[in-house]
Amino acid sequence: MRYLPLSDVDRAEMLDVIGAGSIDDLFADVPAEARLDGPIAGLPMHSSELSVERQLRAMAAKNLVAGEVPFFLGCGAYRHHVPASVDHIIQRGEFLTAYTPYQPEIAQGTLQVLFEFQTQVARLLGCEVANASMYDGSTACWEAIGMARRITRRTGAILSSGLHPHYVSVAKTMARFTGDMLDTAVPSFDRTDTERLIAGITKETSCVVVQYPDILGRIGDLTPIADAAHAAGALLIAVVTEPVALGLIKAPGEMGADIVVGEGQSIGVGLQFGGPYVGLFATREKYVRQMPGRLAGETIDAEGKRGFVLTLSTREQHIRREKATSNICTNSGLCALAFSVHMTLLGEKGLRTLAGINHAWAVEVAGRLSAIPGVSLVGGAFFNEFTLRLPVEARPAVHAMVEKRVLGGVSLGRLYPGEDSLANGLVVAVTETVTNADIDALEAALAECCA
Amino acid sequence: MTINPSGWRPATPSDVHGEVPATTTGNRALMLEEPLLFEIGSRDQTGVDFDARPQSSGALGGLLRTALDLPGLSEPETVRHYTRLSRQNYAIDLGLFPLGSCTMKHNPRLNEKVARMAGFADVHPLAPQESVQGALELIDVLAHWLITLTGMHGVAMSPKAGAHGELCGILAIRAALEARGDARSVVLVPESAHGTNPASAAFAGYKVEDIPANAAGRVDLDALKARLGPDVAAVMITNPNTCGLFEPDMKAISDAVHAAGALVYCDGANFNAIVGRVRPGDLGIDAMHINLHKTFSTPHGGGGPGSGPVVLSQALMPFAPLPYVVKAEGGYRLVEEETAHAEGSDSFGRMVAFHGQMGMFTRALAYILSHGADGLRQVAEDAVLNANYVLRTLEDVLDAPFASSGPCMHEAIFSDKGFAEGFSTIDVAKALIDEGFHPMTMYFPLVVHGAMLIEPTETESKATLDQFIIALRSIAERARAGDEALKAAPIFAPRRRLDETLAARKPVLAYQTPAPDGADNGEGAEVGGG
Amino acid sequence: MSLYFTKDHEWVRVNGDVATVGISDHAQAALGDIVFAEVPAAGKTLAKGDEAAVVESVKAASDVYAPVGGTVTEANAMLGDDPALVNLDAEGEGWFFKLTLSDPGEVAGLMDEATYREWCKTL
Repeated sequence: MRYLPLSDVDRAEMLDVIGAGSIDDLFADVPAEARLDGPIAGLPMHSSELSVERQLRAMAAKNLVAGEVPFFLGCGAYRHHVPASVDHIIQRGEFLTAYTPYQPEIAQGTLQVLFEFQTQVARLLGCEVANASMYDGSTACWEAIGMARRITRRTGAILSSGLHPHYVSVAKTMARFTGDMLDTAVPSFDRTDTERLIAGITKETSCVVVQYPDILGRIGDLTPIADAAHAAGALLIAVVTEPVALGLIKAPGEMGADIVVGEGQSIGVGLQFGGPYVGLFATREKYVRQMPGRLAGETIDAEGKRGFVLTLSTREQHIRREKATSNICTNSGLCALAFSVHMTLLGEKGLRTLAGINHAWAVEVAGRLSAIPGVSLVGGAFFNEFTLRLPVEARPAVHAMVEKRVLGGVSLGRLYPGEDSLANGLVVAVTETVTNADIDALEAALAECCA
Repeated sequence: MTINPSGWRPATPSDVHGEVPATTTGNRALMLEEPLLFEIGSRDQTGVDFDARPQSSGALGGLLRTALDLPGLSEPETVRHYTRLSRQNYAIDLGLFPLGSCTMKHNPRLNEKVARMAGFADVHPLAPQESVQGALELIDVLAHWLITLTGMHGVAMSPKAGAHGELCGILAIRAALEARGDARSVVLVPESAHGTNPASAAFAGYKVEDIPANAAGRVDLDALKARLGPDVAAVMITNPNTCGLFEPDMKAISDAVHAAGALVYCDGANFNAIVGRVRPGDLGIDAMHINLHKTFSTPHGGGGPGSGPVVLSQALMPFAPLPYVVKAEGGYRLVEEETAHAEGSDSFGRMVAFHGQMGMFTRALAYILSHGADGLRQVAEDAVLNANYVLRTLEDVLDAPFASSGPCMHEAIFSDKGFAEGFSTIDVAKALIDEGFHPMTMYFPLVVHGAMLIEPTETESKATLDQFIIALRSIAERARAGDEALKAAPIFAPRRRLDETLAARKPVLAYQTPAPDGADNGEGAEVGGG
Repeated sequence: MSLYFTKDHEWVRVNGDVATVGISDHAQAALGDIVFAEVPAAGKTLAKGDEAAVVESVKAASDVYAPVGGTVTEANAMLGDDPALVNLDAEGEGWFFKLTLSDPGEVAGLMDEATYREWCKTL
């Protein structure tokens, strides 16, 4: 077998050194009734590289590839062009096949990357410090709610109706076990729920959680919510699922958010059917000891040279055990690297250009689609994603468009099943990857659905 | 004739020796120092060109970004920055990485190739299900393998990593107990467990109590039985355990736990030792996470992403998290919140936004198909053989606390007993760095003083192990003799020992641009202790 | 003024009904370089044995338990800026907090200095 270097001669020699008669002797602690005397029945035997590639290619071929059709899906995962050098760098064995940098003398590459990543994320989100990443945006969002509970010693969290419904679901799952009280609501086409959030804040409120841009693509000033939260001793948590937006619009940290979390997938990582992604997590300096996740920090070595180590690790589970800030062990190191390389290639200049192009396309597409008879644009400012109100239910329309090989958007019926008020909503994301032909195809397909 | 006008001479070894001089750059030939991105990049530089397109800020409601301050680099500078940094890392691709309980095995490149097939990599998680049948099929096929290899009833695929999988298992257990109206408050965890075990149990609202170990490094069955009672919700056991030993009483433990009305969680971090030879389901467990990044060779990536599917017993399967894939007439479908009830699920809910670590599923399946049922069995055998070889060739120079109780599984554990006064495991570990090896796991598990936990994995050749053994024997003898030079190790790494105390006392967690007037001589953002 | 110790290596110096609490020199040596100390806020009421403070070295975090019950009157603000004080002078400048005793009788169960130092030698 190509991944196993030992030969039968090696195995015999090693057994001899060990003093075991056979390999079975080494499994002597396994009770006889649990020992399997041969390969597990019903499973295929080993395969060549060529054969495995064929088997997987056959499965891959059954999927409609985003890059091969007109594609307008968003709602928490965005398709952007990733420069070729990003994938080259993350496939270098020294990054790909390294472990968590517990031996810093021989892991300075990973550690410096994490330090740079933390700095990039903090600046992008408008915060003072960021951690070395979390699993994804949804788990980062829940961890932020837990962190707000620890800081404020309160358990009431008010979740905006504009927060991604999957993120709300994750928080609900966890809150059942931790005792946090979540105040949630379903979005409305007519207005965002800023008033509801502010009116709901009490002395029991640990945090208000707002998505920016929200699940319908809308953006609004967070300052009034931050002020209201702070006045009551609560924190504002802002969730960013499309960080490219922050090349163009104000950062949540600049508007008073105390914790800013995000899904970093749209920069460098790719769609990958939902994972692995990379959770972004940033906050104020004064809260850093309550922050979950790994942290790289600067220090010096025995010769006085600058170097980096994992630090403040006493917050983590391998030391605090049941008192840890979180049970999370891994970060999303390689995806953080991809994010960081892509962000380095962009720089501020590139990110601003990229964001500007995204917005311009989105404005154009929003204009064309809302001109289709019966279709209207849900109001408010937006970045590269907006919601259309169709004259028909959006969910069947999405399936009808797939028939024409157009991935035309995410229906709110999929995200909010059973919510009649949202059933005609279609969320459309437009990035730099679309072409005029894609837009023509979407316009035609949608017009046909609405006719 | 023309007589050598350039003065050229072929290179020959010189007689000049002596001290290694400092260089003006700080570089040492192939070992290149690399500044921080923030010291070499510029806000005006970019490595990305865009097609000419109008840009707009028209519909933003006036919320315009001002400060951003993200430096960029051109593409050649970017590639060089990260390539230079990469060379300051140790990696499996470079050599033996014997971190106990981490299973640092070779990461096949076929895995990387298939994960990048557009049909997997360029597919949106919310794409209509009829357009992603191949992706759902892949999840289902991998799930079938995991269920069959473990002899369990079902599997939750969405947990993002091992600790997330533990949490999934514990939440399923709590949901199952709640569903039968059984309020239990305590989870029992051996002292030798990974720290994530008690952290996960505490997160789920349980009080954590230790289970004692016996002198042979196994769970003390009698003590465990004595503690079981109506308040115990679950027992979390790592098998093989973190001392690298199989729990021979595992079935008896499970039976006793079940008889007391509780459930058994098995930490599957060490599944590599038994894959294909033992099905945990035959030992009576109810839930076990599988680290795809350990047993099934997906890359560790410098600390993630991982993937932690959880196999579940029949008792727990109804409580598995959403979403999950079912195979039906005419294709595969995702069960989400909308249809969960109709599908007979009592799910405790959703753990992540989407469907789990798809990119890791493709890699793990490529690995599993490559090995097949026969190859996976050989994986466990070779992993265990390699570990026992290490154990028996070192036990005369390193204290092996459990060697007398029989063979180990996939990892060998040693203690610092016998080292000269003032010498500890860290000195041995750092000396291994100079010899070109990654150190073993040190000071874990906590139950062995100065623990050194060595897991070679099955992808190491005998020649590599022999070289490692010679190096470690020599270092062990120096530690026993009290060779002060060990304290200076590593000498040849990109950095000498780093000041972790300074890093923790005065945390600098982000780069801060020095003030232009030079008034601020610190270069990072200091974080107060508050 | 009298000095007492617990088996968890806290010390308490009692002066009238005011007690000063810290961790012993033996404890700081075992922990190694202290990098962070979290002390209770003034006004907090503690029962004997409550988790009162946290002390962290690079690789360990330990709870400091209240050796006696009472109401915290003052925390050592110096530890926030300079946790190394605990290493330099654990039983002096590196004190953690002061409290007014709720039950002066509670000190009776603690070890005196000589007993504690002898006991440490057996560890």
